[in-house]
Amino acid sequence: MSLTDLTLQELSTKLAAREVSAVEATRACLDRIRAVDGQVHAFLRVDEQGALAAAAASDSRRGAGGALSQLEGVPLALKDNLLTEGLETTCASRILGGFIPPYDATVVRLLKDAGAVLLGKTNQDEFAMGSSNETSAFGPCHNPYALDRAPGGSSGGSAAAVAAREAFGALGTDTGGSIRQPAALCNVVGLKPTYGRVSRFGVIAFASSLDQVGPLGRTVADVAALLQFIARHDAQDATSVPATVPDYSAELEAGVAGMRLGLPREYFAGGMDPEVEQAVRDAARAYEQMGATLVEVSLPHTRYALAAYYLIAPAEASSNLARYDGVRYGLRAKGVRGLEELYSRTREEGFGPEVKRRIMLGTYALSAGYYDAYYLKAQKVRTLIRRDFEQALAGVDALLTPTSPVPAFRLGEKVDDPLAMYLMDVFTLPCNLAGLPGLSLPGGFTRAGLPVGLQLLGRPFDEARLLRVARAFEREHPFHARAPQL
Amino acid sequence: MPIEDFQPVIGLEVHAQLLTGSKLFCSCATTFGAPPNHHVCPVCLGMPGVLPVLNARVVEFAVRTGLALRCEVRRTSVWARKNYFYPDMPKGYQITQYDQPICEHGVLTIDTPGGERDVRIRRIHMEEDAGKSVHDAHAGASLVDLNRAGVPLLEIVSEPDIRSSEEAAEYLKALRDVVVYLGVNDGNLEEGSFRCDANVSVMPRGSATLGTRVELKNLNSFRFVRLAIDYEIARQVEVLESGGKVQQETRLWDAQRSETRAMRGKEEAHDYRYFPEPDLPPLHLEDALLDRVATSLPELPRPRFRRFVSQYGLPEDTAHVLTGERALADYFEAVALHVKDPKRLANWLQGELLRLLKEENALLSALRFTPAQLGELLGMVEAGTLSASAAKDVFAEMFRTGRAPRDVVAEKGLAQESDVGAVEAVVDQVLAACPKEVAQYQAGKKQVLGFLVGQVMRAMKGKGNPALVNQVLKSRLGE
Amino acid sequence: MKLTLEQVRHVAHLARLALTPEEEVRAASKLSAILDAVDTLRELDTTDVPPTSHAVLVEALLREDVVKPGLPPEVALANAPAKADTSFVVPKVIE
Repeated sequence: MSLTDLTLQELSTKLAAREVSAVEATRACLDRIRAVDGQVHAFLRVDEQGALAAAAASDSRRGAGGALSQLEGVPLALKDNLLTEGLETTCASRILGGFIPPYDATVVRLLKDAGAVLLGKTNQDEFAMGSSNETSAFGPCHNPYALDRAPGGSSGGSAAAVAAREAFGALGTDTGGSIRQPAALCNVVGLKPTYGRVSRFGVIAFASSLDQVGPLGRTVADVAALLQFIARHDAQDATSVPATVPDYSAELEAGVAGMRLGLPREYFAGGMDPEVEQAVRDAARAYEQMGATLVEVSLPHTRYALAAYYLIAPAEASSNLARYDGVRYGLRAKGVRGLEELYSRTREEGFGPEVKRRIMLGTYALSAGYYDAYYLKAQKVRTLIRRDFEQALAGVDALLTPTSPVPAFRLGEKVDDPLAMYLMDVFTLPCNLAGLPGLSLPGGFTRAGLPVGLQLLGRPFDEARLLRVARAFEREHPFHARAPQL
Repeated sequence: MPIEDFQPVIGLEVHAQLLTGSKLFCSCATTFGAPPNHHVCPVCLGMPGVLPVLNARVVEFAVRTGLALRCEVRRTSVWARKNYFYPDMPKGYQITQYDQPICEHGVLTIDTPGGERDVRIRRIHMEEDAGKSVHDAHAGASLVDLNRAGVPLLEIVSEPDIRSSEEAAEYLKALRDVVVYLGVNDGNLEEGSFRCDANVSVMPRGSATLGTRVELKNLNSFRFVRLAIDYEIARQVEVLESGGKVQQETRLWDAQRSETRAMRGKEEAHDYRYFPEPDLPPLHLEDALLDRVATSLPELPRPRFRRFVSQYGLPEDTAHVLTGERALADYFEAVALHVKDPKRLANWLQGELLRLLKEENALLSALRFTPAQLGELLGMVEAGTLSASAAKDVFAEMFRTGRAPRDVVAEKGLAQESDVGAVEAVVDQVLAACPKEVAQYQAGKKQVLGFLVGQVMRAMKGKGNPALVNQVLKSRLGE
Repeated sequence: MKLTLEQVRHVAHLARLALTPEEEVRAASKLSAILDAVDTLRELDTTDVPPTSHAVLVEALLREDVVKPGLPPEVALANAPAKADTSFVVPKVIE
């Protein structure tokens, strides 16, 4: 067994016992990246020098003794929409080509403060807009379990890097499922925390009222460990919530006996791949056997969530992406005449087709004469969806659903059909509209060997319970242990 | 129809830069005059990933202004994004308030030839300022400086209650007095920290239908406000009289040509796509904050003016000058505690003090002597122990050195003899020495009195109290 | 809801995107399809439903009015495509 096959927790234990050094662990990851990333393309940028320097610094801290964090010396990967001071950050867009941030995102600083080693920046859909990683301006990422298939998106690179054993964990962002859906398609655990649990400062905005940073790891415990370090109130983010941070590992092994798990009727109403549905029903039975009670619940406005999301998210995006104008950083179109041409040509050249489509859609939804019919209507529907969840979650501990309606699909299969692509988020995005925490965990494989994800949704700031429920299943059904053949 | 048959209808929008240390949403300095892009950070540069965090003092200043203008203060107000592209607006949107501003429905009282009139305030909201583009330094290029980007502004919008350019200027002066009194704005039109746009339309008198309004910009002095509005009223009347229609547009005041002209370029209908700012939660104001601001609100210029007239018996123009600046009014009241005659004090402040401050380019706050010391000086004049002209010299010395008036008087030997017995003694000597003049006086040649006074003053080396000398002489001469 | 080419051009202008003629045609058809799909929202009566603009209602924490140093100008302008001294340079507005 190679060093890179260890889980984050296992590595952390070995580092603490000085059985392995941070430099060794980092070199193992860099070797693994060299070996497999030509096929996977999980990374847009590997910061070999920076990572090795950070590892060496970690080893000397270790040598000096004293209390060290669980992430000390652990090599991790960062989605390319998280700003890293001095290290190019592009959000997988040509428009940010060459952009060197002058500051670290809060989550990046927290990981650095915890002593983690940051390997580099992972591939993603451009501006996190997509569900397959194919809208990346720098070429798609491939699913480690089936290289001709998509890893999901938008945090496809982070999920693939963790699945392919290139990193011990990663951070992604989730606006409508961008952590959970690729986690499901790549057989890893991914958590979208409650909106406001993790700082968005230094996170390149897609849709500000929906975006949230979260961890991806190979096990539930790894994800809990990562969450422990990024769940913080941040005075630089006015939407950050000053709620106390529990110990996310404390009750991980406490099981689900006596818990009530809700199965939302509307999530099983058809349109789902039969093998995915079977895996979720099997999981439900497994929970029952572990002592949980299954309850059918209803989220009656589920079928409107997709439409509301695809008005709200593009509307916010159209405004968030206005700053990419060729004036202060990033791409500037050459040979332009006048200011207006500078704007429109820079943005035309710098953004890819899906980003332009969403900017157009969002601009339209906010424009004079259409605001009430589209944007405002969507916000009202958002209220109805929130209320659905409040009612459903009042009587249960968590909801169990599929993460993605289908397993990994072929690259190129949906990229020209936006509506088909948008349907990939149909089970994940309602949770973003409601601001709730959501988690995806490995739920088995299809006959063709493609991973299937289970989704757990919980009450606001109830991440610890989601992790506990997930861990109960993982202990009995360690699907995560099945590594991709690369 | 002649121009008198048209009723102008005017509403004013004022942007007042708030006197905070740091910007609205980041900790960069608001200081004026630094080289380009020396007061910037990722937030006000609109870098990827940045988020706004609201400056508490801006909220307090907005509430203070709202309460002073008798507004309703919203317990929950909402931030909005106003989307448009321009190089000095780095995010591609301005964070402002739209349909739920912090203050609404206020009133500002102004003076008109027909007496006092209330102009209604429609709304007050907080927003961030833009940066600055310099267009002429480079051929074919503009230079962008974002030092001012993110500086906090209050936008104060009146209802279209104003009926003439004079009223508009009165409104602006009254509003400026208020915000300067409140300490939220420095009232500087020329430097652009108190900026005004005017919405102007005309309609036939008696009509109930408002005309098409034109927005006037670049009105950076009270004079320009009057000139531009008068020009625009005449222009609109002329358009209507010649059978034309007034276009809804934005026009700039051109001070060199004394005319308004339409902003160049096609006037595209703006579509700002306002929507609630997702990065900032709605702002909730607690009673405690409102109470604290309300109780700390200073007396405002207009009520204070009225009180200065009634309590101190000052003429209106004097009261206007003194209450025009809060520090001067405060100073007046501080000294008034120490004097018997507030009018004399008012004249001193208006005359001597303001003159010296202007000559020395000094600030009231930097005076070297205390109000009590000035009171003491004026007390000597009241008691007759110091002549008015000598007091001016003493005052100048106090102004320069901060020394106590009695020390200056003693050192320079400026004290006046006001002791009746001492004056009587000298008068008796002089009368004994001048029998001829006494006889002439008693024969009816009253102008001889001047000569006698001169003799007494000479004998007293100029330190006799002139009034007292006069009085004693006359009584000794039998009047 | 069908978007006309004229509407597409108007929206592209608002968003400052210099779409090619082919992109305009494609945008008209794809955006129309998306708008058709989102029209399902019309089925819902939302008359008395308040809008949600923030996922979690949090009390805004305000910042004290304290000045802190920003970026040195050379750092602020490090990524600028064009600069002169410490100013960003942009082409002029052409009428």
